[in-house]
Amino acid sequence: MMGTRAMLFEAPGEFTMQQQQRIWALIVHTENRPDIQELVPGVTNLLLIFTHAPEHPEQVADWLRKAWETLPPRQIDGRLFEVGVRYGGALGDDLAAVSAHTGLSPEEVIQLHQAGEYTVCAVGSAPGFGYLHGLDPRIATPRKSVPSLNMPAGTVTIGGMQAGISALTGPNGWNSIGYTEICLFDPHRSSPSLFAIGDRIRFYPESIEL
Amino acid sequence: MITILETAPLNTVQDLGRPGYRNLGVGSSGVMDPLALKIGNNLLGNRADDACIELQTYPFVIRFETPTSFAVTGIDAPITLDGSPVLAWSVETAAAGQILQVGIPKTGARGYVCVGGGIDVPVVLGSRSTQLRGSFGGVEGRFLEVGDQLVTQPAAEHLSGYGAVPPARVLDTAPSEEKTVMLRAIPGTDYTRFTTDSRERFWDQPWRITPQSNRVGYRLSGAPLALLEQVELRSYGIIPGIVQVPPAGEPIVQLADANTAGGYPRIATVIEADLWRLAQARIGTSIRFVECSHKAGVDAEQPINSYLDDLRLMMAHYRASSQSRNGAKPGGKA
Repeated sequence: MMGTRAMLFEAPGEFTMQQQQRIWALIVHTENRPDIQELVPGVTNLLLIFTHAPEHPEQVADWLRKAWETLPPRQIDGRLFEVGVRYGGALGDDLAAVSAHTGLSPEEVIQLHQAGEYTVCAVGSAPGFGYLHGLDPRIATPRKSVPSLNMPAGTVTIGGMQAGISALTGPNGWNSIGYTEICLFDPHRSSPSLFAIGDRIRFYPESIEL
Repeated sequence: MITILETAPLNTVQDLGRPGYRNLGVGSSGVMDPLALKIGNNLLGNRADDACIELQTYPFVIRFETPTSFAVTGIDAPITLDGSPVLAWSVETAAAGQILQVGIPKTGARGYVCVGGGIDVPVVLGSRSTQLRGSFGGVEGRFLEVGDQLVTQPAAEHLSGYGAVPPARVLDTAPSEEKTVMLRAIPGTDYTRFTTDSRERFWDQPWRITPQSNRVGYRLSGAPLALLEQVELRSYGIIPGIVQVPPAGEPIVQLADANTAGGYPRIATVIEADLWRLAQARIGTSIRFVECSHKAGVDAEQPINSYLDDLRLMMAHYRASSQSRNGAKPGGKA
């Protein structure tokens, strides 16, 4: 339990896309419970926020465990977004650090980054931010020990094994390697977040500045 | 209509929050002290989801452009209407042109200017609360500024001279000379990942609220806590009240404007029934965490609910008797 009114379900073991698909299956199964106010999918976990504190949380936990064991992984046929990136330059100035960390040239880093297809595992942290799975492990780079204070929204980033596009301008510990102009969140759109879980993303270079 | 005459940054329009959009990365926002807003809305006969102005910096000065009923809750502070003192936690009705001034609180940190009918700003994603990170809700998603005009409902009747007993007086069981704020908390998922020493220290040691504390979260200062071994957690959804421990070992309590997901080890969660106490604890204050079971955490809602039920009942009586007074003596003495 997280406090009296929320419960976090965490999948055991390492991250795999299949574990994430089982979390997606759990969402559909859980959202019809009458005691649910909000479901917050994370990376191989799911936070349940209840309308009222459950009297017997262990019963809900048992129900979740049983669902986890029996539900098949849920495939989502998400939309494909092709995102043009201006690699390098002032808005992607951690490219050199990624290159240094990985021992690859900046050109190779860009090549590997745009060769992959990424899947939105979860949307969260900031409005519209998608946790993207699918980064080539050869360009995985740990978060920065000193975050950038004012990274612009639209910055294309690498944080450990995850890829991302920053949704808001502000402090950010991920490595910036480029910039895109897409708007990830608009509260006045009928669906405010551009990305939904299961969507796929491909990056292509609009320009490269080394 | 009201006009802001004097304000510093950090004051915003808030209601009870914006639940339901965390799966899009949108946090709940909303007042830090929901009890104070519920009391204000109750006193004024408002709907539960009516919005108010949350004050974090003072002095705050507004002019009522139309007759408006109001109540300032959450704090005990020097409050004046055209220079005459007004009690906190009480209802008054201002005439058009009158000026309300709220000075630095004697107790409490966050004041709530509640008005009859609520502050009318556009509803965005189901709420009027200001979402500062997303720059929407409230007034253009930002802090209030001098010259801002907010739409309110003109008062239909002259409400005045009644109020609520401040909740701390009813709900606090600790002796009032006790300066440390006691917060009940339920051990979190990673509690046992901390050293025995750190676990004991988490409960026993007073933690000081540092100046790096705001609506996003409170950073606490004290002897740091250590994990048995470092862990790399995958991002998980969080709620206000969760106490996380970043690598440096000093805890953070995430609050109304927190991100919707986090990755630091979680040692405990402050129960919802005590979050209003934290909202009113000032920077520099010491807090102590008191270990609490799930059942005790649920039961802790009871005194708050009875307090609000009593207030509702009193308000119903008050309105009924005020109507019969007015009905019995039309045009009689005020």
